[in-house]
Amino acid sequence: MEISRHWRLQQQRYGLLGEKCNHCGEKLFPPRDVCPECTQDSQELYRFSGKGEVYSYSKVFDPPAGYEGTAPYTMALVKLEEGPLVTAQLTDVDNDIVEIGMLVEMVTRKLREDGNRGMLVYGYKFRPRLK
Amino acid sequence: MSTIQDVFVIGTGQTAVGEHWGISLRHLAWKAVKQALESSGLERPDAIFVGNILAPRISQQHNLGTLLADFCGFRGVEAITVEASGASGGAAVRQAMLALRSGEIGTALVVGVEKMTDKVGPEVTAALAAGADSDWELVQGVTAPAMAALIMRRYMHDYGVHRDEFSDFALNAHYNAQANVDAMFRNGLDLKQYVQAGIVASPVNIFDGAPDADGAAALVLSSEPGELRPGLSVRVASSSLVTHTLALHDRRDVLSFEAARLSAERAFQQAGITPDQIDLAELYDRFSIYAVLSLEACGFARRGEGWRLARNSGVGRNGQLPISTFGGLTARGNPGGATGVYQMVEVTRQLAGMAQDNQVAGAKWGLAQCLGSSGATAVTHILDGTNRN
Ligand SMILES: [Zn+2]
Repeated sequence: MEISRHWRLQQQRYGLLGEKCNHCGEKLFPPRDVCPECTQDSQELYRFSGKGEVYSYSKVFDPPAGYEGTAPYTMALVKLEEGPLVTAQLTDVDNDIVEIGMLVEMVTRKLREDGNRGMLVYGYKFRPRLK
Repeated sequence: MSTIQDVFVIGTGQTAVGEHWGISLRHLAWKAVKQALESSGLERPDAIFVGNILAPRISQQHNLGTLLADFCGFRGVEAITVEASGASGGAAVRQAMLALRSGEIGTALVVGVEKMTDKVGPEVTAALAAGADSDWELVQGVTAPAMAALIMRRYMHDYGVHRDEFSDFALNAHYNAQANVDAMFRNGLDLKQYVQAGIVASPVNIFDGAPDADGAAALVLSSEPGELRPGLSVRVASSSLVTHTLALHDRRDVLSFEAARLSAERAFQQAGITPDQIDLAELYDRFSIYAVLSLEACGFARRGEGWRLARNSGVGRNGQLPISTFGGLTARGNPGGATGVYQMVEVTRQLAGMAQDNQVAGAKWGLAQCLGSSGATAVTHILDGTNRN
C-alpha cells in the first residue's frame, strides 16, 4: 500500500538530499516545489552534510503503531549545520545523556516495521558525532 | 468596509466527554444536536457544519455532513464535514460564520463529534499523530505528546523554566473540572500527584497532556439575536482562521505559535477590543506548554512569560485571566474534532451566566481558540455578552 510513497522519498531519506533556491539561496530540507522564503519555484539539488546539533529532544514512552519495537526512543529536532531543522530519532546513544547542543551526524537506519505486511522503511537518524 | 452581518449563538448542547462505548457516532452527535436545537427553539437549520477528525480512519465513515443531516431529520439541508486536525471544531464554526456573514444562510447548526475509543492504544496514538507531516515527521515516529515535548524542552532551556512550573495549568484545569458534570476528570489534582506522574514523552507527563476521548457538542448560530436566558444574548464578535507551517521543523521560531498569534490579532481587530478586556479564555491546553504559548500568542503574556501567569491562581476563576474554566482539554477531556465546539459552548454559557458553579462572575467578553497540528492551524472566536437588555 505505502511502498511507492516511501520509495519516492528514498533519495532524500537516505542521503539528506534537499534543495537550494535559485532565487534567494535558501537551503531547503525537506525539498519543496515552492521556496517558502521567496515563493519562487526554481531550485537545484543540494546535499546536506548530515552534521548538526540537537536543538530539542524527547524520550518517547508511548509510541504509535509500527514503532513499538524500539520504544522508548529519543525524538529530536536536529539543527543542521546549513540551517534547517529536521525531525529525527537519535540512535546509538544512551537516551539519558542526550542534551541540547549535543553534536550529531546522520546515519541510515530502519525507521519503522509494519508487522502485518512485513514492510520496512529506512531513512535518516542521528547519532552522537564521532570525533 | 461594508457592514458585516452580525451572528449570534442561540443554542448550545454537549454530551459528557469520556468513553461512550455503548453508542455510535451518530447517536452521540444527536444527543448534543437535540439539546442545542431545543435550547434555541429552532426547528430546521439552513446548513450544517460538522467538525471531526478521525471518523474516516476509526469508524470507516466519510461524509458525516450527510450522515448527520439525514440522521437528525434534516434531509434536504446543506451539510459538510470540516477537518483541520485538532482545530476541526473551530474550523467548522468558522465555516458557519462565513456562510452566515455572507447572508446566504440565516441559521447554522455546528456539530463537533469524535468517537475514538472504538480503537485502542497505539492505533489511536498513530491516528491522532497524523495531523503532523506524514512524510517528514510521522515516519520518524513522532506522537502528539512528543511534538509538545520538543517545544516544551526548548522553552525550558531558553527561558530557564523548571518543568514543575507547568503544574499550575494542570492544577487549575483539574480544579475547575470538578464542578463540570460533563468533564472526564472530576477528582481534582494536587502538586504531589503532578510531580510524581508518569512520563509520556519527556518532559511531558500524563497530567501535562489531555485525555483523548469521545464527545459531541453543538451550537445553533443565527443572524437574528436569540435570548439564551431572558434578556441575554451572545454575539460572535469575531472569527479568524490562520495557517502556518504544518511541520514543526519548518518554523523559524519553534517557540512562537504564529498561526495563533495572527488569528488572535485579527480576532481582536474585528471585535474592536484588546486582550485586557477579555474576561475568560478557553485556550487549546491539550498540553500545558500549548496553554503557555497560546497565552503568549494571544497577547495575554509577553514572550517567555506565559508560564508566570498561572502562578498564584492567576488563571483561576477569580484570577487575572481565567482559562480552562470548565476543565479545558486537560481535565474536561479532548474529544478531537468536537473540542473547538465545546470551547464555544463553554464561553457562551459563561457570558450568558449559565455556568453555574463554574461561573466567572460578570464575564462579558470571552475568547475561544483551538489549534491543529502543533499550532499549525489556529481558529479564534471572540464572543460578546455585553448586550444585555
Ligand atoms: Zn527562495
